[in-house]
Amino acid sequence: MLSLLWLVPAIPLATAAILALFGARLTRRAVAAMGAGSIGVSCVISLLIAPALLTSETPYRQTLWTWIDVAQFQPRIGFYLDAMSLLMMLVVTLVSFLIHLYSTEFMEEDEGYSRFFAYMNLFVASMVVLVLADNLLLLYLGWEGVGLCSYLLIGFWYRDPANGLAARKAFIVTRVGDTAMAVGLFMLFHSLGTLEIQRLMEQAQAQWAGGSPYATAAALLLLGGAVGKSAQLPLQTWLPDAMAGPTPTSALIHAATMVTAGVYLIARTNVLYTLAPDAQLAVAVVGAVTLLVAGFSALTQSDIKRVLAYSTVSQIGYMFLALGVGAWSAALFHFMTHAFFKALLFLAAGIVIEALHHEHNIFRMGGLRRELPVAFWTFVAGGCALAGLPLITSGYFSKDLIIWEAWSSPLGGPLLWAAGMAGVLLTALYTFRLIFLVFSGARKTEVSHRSGFRMKATVIVLAALAVVSGYWKSPLLDFLHTALPSMEEAHAGMTETMSGVVAAALFAAGLFAAYLFFLAKPQYSGAAARNPVFGTLHRYWFSGWGFDWLYNRVFVRPLLGAARINRNDFVDAICAGIARFTEGANHLLAATQTGRVRWYAAGIAAGAVIFVGVAILL
Amino acid sequence: MILVWFIAILLGGGILAAVAARVSAAAARWIALAAIAADFALGLLLWTGAERTSMAPDSRWIEQVNWTWIPQFGIHFHFAVDGLSLLLMMLTFFLGILAVLASWTEITENVGFFHLNLLWVLAGVVSVFLAMDLFLFYFAWELMLVPMYFLIAMWGHERRVYAAIKFFLFTQLSGLLMLVAILALYFLHYASTGVYTFQYDQLLGTALPPRTEFWIMLGFFIAFAVKLPVFPLHTWLPDAHTEAPTAGSIVLAGLLLKTGGYGILRFVVPLFPNAAREFTPIAMTLGVVGILYGAILAFAQADLKRLVAYTSVSHLGFVLVGIFAWNELALQGAVMTMLCHGISTGALFVLAGALQERLHTRELSRMGGLWTTIPRLSGAGLFFALASLGLPGLGDFVGEFLVLFGAFRSHPLITILATIGVLFATFYALRLVQRAFHGENVHRLSVRDLVPREWVVVALMAVSLLWLGLYPRPVLDTFSPAIDHLHVAAGVGR
Repeated sequence: MLSLLWLVPAIPLATAAILALFGARLTRRAVAAMGAGSIGVSCVISLLIAPALLTSETPYRQTLWTWIDVAQFQPRIGFYLDAMSLLMMLVVTLVSFLIHLYSTEFMEEDEGYSRFFAYMNLFVASMVVLVLADNLLLLYLGWEGVGLCSYLLIGFWYRDPANGLAARKAFIVTRVGDTAMAVGLFMLFHSLGTLEIQRLMEQAQAQWAGGSPYATAAALLLLGGAVGKSAQLPLQTWLPDAMAGPTPTSALIHAATMVTAGVYLIARTNVLYTLAPDAQLAVAVVGAVTLLVAGFSALTQSDIKRVLAYSTVSQIGYMFLALGVGAWSAALFHFMTHAFFKALLFLAAGIVIEALHHEHNIFRMGGLRRELPVAFWTFVAGGCALAGLPLITSGYFSKDLIIWEAWSSPLGGPLLWAAGMAGVLLTALYTFRLIFLVFSGARKTEVSHRSGFRMKATVIVLAALAVVSGYWKSPLLDFLHTALPSMEEAHAGMTETMSGVVAAALFAAGLFAAYLFFLAKPQYSGAAARNPVFGTLHRYWFSGWGFDWLYNRVFVRPLLGAARINRNDFVDAICAGIARFTEGANHLLAATQTGRVRWYAAGIAAGAVIFVGVAILL
Repeated sequence: MILVWFIAILLGGGILAAVAARVSAAAARWIALAAIAADFALGLLLWTGAERTSMAPDSRWIEQVNWTWIPQFGIHFHFAVDGLSLLLMMLTFFLGILAVLASWTEITENVGFFHLNLLWVLAGVVSVFLAMDLFLFYFAWELMLVPMYFLIAMWGHERRVYAAIKFFLFTQLSGLLMLVAILALYFLHYASTGVYTFQYDQLLGTALPPRTEFWIMLGFFIAFAVKLPVFPLHTWLPDAHTEAPTAGSIVLAGLLLKTGGYGILRFVVPLFPNAAREFTPIAMTLGVVGILYGAILAFAQADLKRLVAYTSVSHLGFVLVGIFAWNELALQGAVMTMLCHGISTGALFVLAGALQERLHTRELSRMGGLWTTIPRLSGAGLFFALASLGLPGLGDFVGEFLVLFGAFRSHPLITILATIGVLFATFYALRLVQRAFHGENVHRLSVRDLVPREWVVVALMAVSLLWLGLYPRPVLDTFSPAIDHLHVAAGVGR
C-alpha cells in the first residue's frame, strides 16, 4: 500500500496538466469530474496508506529518482512519510477534496472553470510534495509551487487590475521570505553537506553545539521563509489582500493549508530550533505578537473575508507560539483543527456572499439566520471552534493546549501565556461580532440565490469535523510524538485545568461583550467609534497597523522611483555621449574642409608656427 | 571529420537556400530547416555515442580533427568537442530550428539572403564552440559578427541601423582587443618555449609574468564580457535584441551571449589561472551588479522585447558569478544557466515576435487582457515568465541555484546579493504577465491564437525546460567531465 505514495501528488499533477492544456475543449461535467475526482482519489489513497504506516512503526521512504547529482550535491525526488507528514497529507487531501467538491458548484457559472481546477489541482500536488519532500530542495520546489498557485488564484479574475495587484503582492512578499529561506538552504548545505532533512538534523546535532551561531543563523533564515508563507509579522501584509481570489481558494490556500506551510517547516526542522534557543524564542515572540496584532485588526474589518483572513493570521500566530515554546505536537494539532474550522468558516461565508449577490460588507448583511439555516448553523459551529467554546469544539482543545504549554514549557512563561489568553478574548469578540452582524438583527440585503446540495453537504461535513476533531486529541498527540519530541513541564504554579477555566471565562467575556456591543446595545459601539482615541485606534487597526503604508514608503516607492529614473540606463548615456562627441568632432573638422586655398595656406602657416614654436620652447 | 560536416552543412545549406529562394521562398525555408535538422541529428548521434566512449577517462575530447593550416605560423585547423562544446552546439541547432520556424511568416523580403545569414551565423557560433586553435577561434568569432550585423540591419525594426552599428562597434572593438591579446600570448609562448603555436592545448600552462598575464587576460575578458554581457559593457544588447527580427533575437540571446560565457570558461580562466584568481573579486562584483541592475532596468521597460533583453543582462550575471566562483557546483550551474537561459529567453522572444506580428506593436501599454482572446499564447507567456523568475521544476532554477549553492562556499555576501536578484526577477516577470496578458482588454484586441507551427515551437521549448528542470542529470553528466578537465587545466582548487 505504501508504495502508492507517489500517486498522491502525481494524480493531481497529471489532471492539472490535462486541464490546463485541454480544459477548454472539455465539458463542465468532465472538468468537474477530473478536477474534484482526482483529489478524491488522492484522498482515498492517503487514507489507505495511513493504516500501513501506523502499523509499520518506522517512517517510509520512497525515492523516485535522483534530481541533481553534482559533487556530493544529490537532492532526490524522494518522499519521507512519518506521523507529521502523514497528518499533513491527510488533512490537505481531505480538506482539498471537500473544497474542490464545493467549488464544482460555486464556480459553475465562471468562464474560467477548467483554468480554476487546473490551478487548484496544481496547488494540491505542490502542497503534497511540500509536506512529503525528504530534502529541503524538493520542499522548496513545493514551497514555490504553492506560492505560484496562490498567485494564480488570487489573480484568478484577472480582468480587474486590483486582483492582479493583490496577487503580485502575495507572490512578492512571500518571495521576500523565500529569499531568506534560500540563503538558509545554501548555508545548511555548505556547513552540513546535505539537504536531506533527516540527515541534516542528525548532522546538525552532531556538529553544532547548542546556541551555536550557525544554528541560530540557519534557524532564523528558515524562519524568514516561514513568516513569509505563513503571513506572520513582519510579512503578514499580503494575506488580507489575498482575499481577492475566489472564496474556495481563500478557504483552501489562504486558510487551511498553504499558509500553515511555515508551521510545518519549523516543526520539520525542530532540531535546528532546539539547538538555537534564541531563534526559537524569536518564533514564540513572532507568534505572540502576530496573534494579538492580527486579532485587533480582525476586530475592525467590515469585509467578511478580511475578518476571517486576519483571524487566520492570528490563529497561525498561535501555532508559531506553540512552536516557539517547543510544543511541536500542539502546533500540528491546532493546524488540523484550524484547517477544518477555518475552511468551514470560509465556505459558509461563501454561501452567504453568493446568496447576497457578492456582498462582502458585514454591515449590509444581517438577519440571515432564518434565511440561510445551513450556513448559519455551520458558521456558528465553525465560529465556536475558532473562539474556543469550551469542552465541545475542537478549537478549544487545540488552542488551550497551546496556551497551557506556553505557560508550562521550559521555554514558556507568564508573558507568552498572557498573550495567548488575551488572544482568546479577542478571538471570541471578533468571532461573535461577525456572527451577530451577519446572522442576527434586521435583514438588510435580500437573499437572491440559494446554494445547492454540494455546497451544503461540504459545510455540514466540515462542521462535523470541526466539532469532533477535538476529541482525537490524545491518540493524535501520541501518534505525533513518534515523529516529534515531546515536552516536559517546567513551570509549576498552575494546572492545565486552571488555565482552561481562565480561557473559558475569557471566552464567555468575549461572547458577552460582542453580544452587548453588536446585538443588544449597538449604540455602545457607535459611541466608542466617536471617541477620538478609539476612532484613531480603529483606523489604525483597520488598515492593518499601517504596515502597508510603511512598506510602501520604505521599499516599494524608492524601488519604483529608482527604476523609473534610470529607465533609459545611464550607462548607455555614456556610450551615446562618446558617439555624440565623435560626431561633433567630425562636424567640426569637416567644417575646415572648405575648398578655399587661402584657408588651407593659413592653416599650414599657423601649423608651422606652432610646430616651430613648440620645438624652440622645448 | 564529423565536426567539419557540422559547419559544412550549415555553410552549404545557407548557399543552397539563397539559390533556392530564387525559385520559391518556401524552398529556402525548408532547405534551411533541413540543414539544421540534419546537424541536430548528427549531434544527437555524437551525443549518444559519447556516452559509450566516455569510459576512457583520460580522453579529453569526444571527437576532434586537427589539420595543419598555415604551418609557418603554427596555425592549425583544430576542431574538438567535449561535453561542454557538445551541449552548447546542440543548443545552437535546437534554437536554430526554432529560429527558422519562428520566422516562417515574419520574414517576407530577401528570404534567401536571410536564411543564408541565419545559417552562417549559426556556423560561426558552432565554430566558436569547436575551435581549439586560437587563430581559428578568432576567425570564427569574426564570422559570427558579419551575418548577425546583416540580420539586424536588414530585417530589423525601426531603429535597426543604429542598433546594428552599435552591435558591430562594440563587438568589433572588443574583438580587436582579443586579437592583440592572442598575438601577445602567441609571442610570449614562443619566447618561453621557442614554438610558434596557436593551439589551445599547447598554450595552456604558458608561464607568464604576473602583470603581463593580467593584461592579456583582460584583453580576452573584455571581448567575452561584451558578449556575455557584463555590466557596464551591456548597452549594445537592449538595442540589438529589440531591433533584431525574432530569429535574430533568438540567436543573439540564446547563442551569441553564450559564446561570451563559453570563452571565459574555456579560455580566460584556464589560460590565465593566476590573473583570473586575482580578478575574481572584481568579476564577481560585476556579475552581481549586472544581476541586480539588469533586473531593475527590465522592470522599468515599456517595450516588451527591451524588457526581455534586460532580463538577459540579469541572468547572465549568474553565469559570471558561477564561473569565477570556480568550483564544480558553481561551474555546472553556470553552464546549466547558459543552456536554460537560451531556451527560456529564446521562447520569450518567440512570443514577443508572435505578438508583434499580430499587434504590430511591442509597447506593453498597448497590450493587456490578451488572456481573454489568445489564451494559449498567454499561457505560454506565463510559463516562460515563470521560468525566467526561477521557478523550481524548470531549468533556469537548477542552473541559478547550483551557481548560488556553489558560490556560497567562497563568497557568501555575493551569493546573498545574487539571491536578492532572484527575488527581483519576480518583479519584472510578473509585470510582464500583468501588462501583456492580464487586466482588461481595453484596446479591444482580437487576434489569432498560436497557429500549429508556433505551437510546436513553444511546446518544444516548454518540454525542454521541464526536462532540464526535473531530470537534468543526462545534461549535467555530459558536461561534467569537460568541467573536470577545465578544473585540472586551471589547477585544481585554484
